[in-house]
Amino acid sequence: MNWNWFYRMGSPKWFFYTTSRWLPWLGVLTSCLLVTGLVWGMAFAPEDAKQGNSFRIIYLHVPASLLALAGYFLMATAGAIGLIWRMKLSFMVMKCAAPLGAVLTFLALFTGAIWGKPTWGSYWVWDARVTSMLILLFLYLGVLALQYAFQSPEVGNKASAILALVGTVNIPIIYKSVDWWFTLHQPSTIKFTEAPSMHPDMFQPLLVMILGFYCFYALALFMSVRVEILHRERKTAWVRDLVSQEAKEREGVNS
Amino acid sequence: MNGLIKHGFFAHLRHDLRLINRRRGEVASPLIFFVIAATLIPLGVSPEARVLSMIAPGIIWVMALLATLLSADRLFDADYNDGSLEQILISPQLLVMPVLGKIAAHWLTTGLPLTLVSPLLGLLFSLPSEGYGAMMAGLAIGTCCLSLLVALGAALTVSLKNGGLLLTLIVMPLYMPVLIFGTATAQYSIDGLAWDVPLAVLAAMLTMAIALCPIAIAGILRLTTMN
Repeated sequence: MNWNWFYRMGSPKWFFYTTSRWLPWLGVLTSCLLVTGLVWGMAFAPEDAKQGNSFRIIYLHVPASLLALAGYFLMATAGAIGLIWRMKLSFMVMKCAAPLGAVLTFLALFTGAIWGKPTWGSYWVWDARVTSMLILLFLYLGVLALQYAFQSPEVGNKASAILALVGTVNIPIIYKSVDWWFTLHQPSTIKFTEAPSMHPDMFQPLLVMILGFYCFYALALFMSVRVEILHRERKTAWVRDLVSQEAKEREGVNS
Repeated sequence: MNGLIKHGFFAHLRHDLRLINRRRGEVASPLIFFVIAATLIPLGVSPEARVLSMIAPGIIWVMALLATLLSADRLFDADYNDGSLEQILISPQLLVMPVLGKIAAHWLTTGLPLTLVSPLLGLLFSLPSEGYGAMMAGLAIGTCCLSLLVALGAALTVSLKNGGLLLTLIVMPLYMPVLIFGTATAQYSIDGLAWDVPLAVLAAMLTMAIALCPIAIAGILRLTTMN
C-alpha cells in the first residue's frame, strides 16, 4: 500500500498550503450552513407543543454537545498518532483541539442550563448526561493544564497526549457509571420532555446546524493549527519567505 | 526471567516500606487528615444523627479520596529528587514491576490504614451497623484503584515544581467511577440490597487498572523524567 499521502500529511508546510486553498470554501460553507440552520430553526421551525419557543435552544445545544464529545476523541486520536508515528503536526492538532473542545463543552453546559430553567425549573440538575458533560469539561481542563505545565513543549505534548488517551479509556467507564448512578438516584419529577422521535420539520434544521457546527469546528481547528504552525516553524526558511513576501505585498499596497 | 520480574516487584515494595517505616509520620498524616476533615462535616452540615447517617458513606469515601490524593507526592517525588528513579529507568528489568511494587507499598501505607480507620468514622457519623462490612470491603478494593490512578497523576507531574494542584485536576475526573461504586457498595448493604454487585464492579475496575495503569505509568515516567 502506498503510504506517501500519510507521511505528507505530517508535514506542517504541506498542511499550511493545502488548508490555505480550503479555508475560503470552508468559510463560505460554514457561514451558509450556520445562517440557514439558525434562521430556519429560530424563525421557521414549528413551536414545540409542550415547551413552546424555549426548545429552540436545541439548535445550539445539541450540536455543541455532539462536537464536544467528538472533539475529545479527535484530540485523543491526534495524540495517539503523534505518540506512535512521532508526527509534529498531530501534536499541534491535539494542542489546538483542547481549548476548542473545552469551550464547546462549556457552551453545551451553558445552553443546557439556560434550557433547563424553563423546562426543569432549575438551572442545574444532577442528571446523568449533565454530570458526564461536566466530567468531560474537567478532562479537557486537565489536558489543557498539563499541556502548559512543562517548560519544553515536546514533553507537554506527549504528556497531555497520554492523559488524553487515559481519558479515552475512562470515558465509557465514566459514562456508564454516571448512568448507573443516576438510575440509582433518579428524582421522579425530572424527565426529558422531548420525545426521542422529533418531527421532521424540527429535525431538518437541527441536521443543518449539526453539519454547520462540524464545518465550523474544522474551520476553527484549521485556523488555530495554522497559527500554531507559523509559531513553531518560525525559524524555518519557508515561514520566513512567507512573512517577507507578505511584508513586501503590504508595502506595495501602502506606497 | 520469572524470578527477576518477581524480584523487581518485591525489592521495590520492601524498599519503600522500609523508607516509610523510618518516617512514620508520613503514614499518620493522611489518616489524621481523614479523621479531622470528616469532623468538619457535622459542624458545617448538621449534628443530627439522621442526616449524618444518610450522608455517611459518601462523606467517608470523599475523605478517603482526598487523603490518597494528599499522599500522592510520596510515590515518586523522593526517588525523582535523589536520582534513584532514573536508575530504575535505565536498569535492564521490566519497568512495570518496580512501578507496581511502589504502588503496592503506597496502598499498604495509605489505603489499608484508611480502610482500618474507617469504622471509627462510621461511628462518628452514626453509620447503620449493616454498612460496616460492605464499606470496609469497598474501601479496601477501591483505595487500591485510587492508588493506581493517583500514581498515574503523580508520574505525570513528578518533574513539576508545583504539581499538586495540577495532580488534583488530572486525577479527580478519573476517580469518579470508583467513588460512585464505592459509595453504592456501602449504601446497598444499608438498604438491604445485594451489595456484592457494586463490589464486583469495583473489583473489575481494579483488575483493569492493575493491567493497564502500570504500563501507562512506565511510559509516562520515561517521558517526564528523562527530559
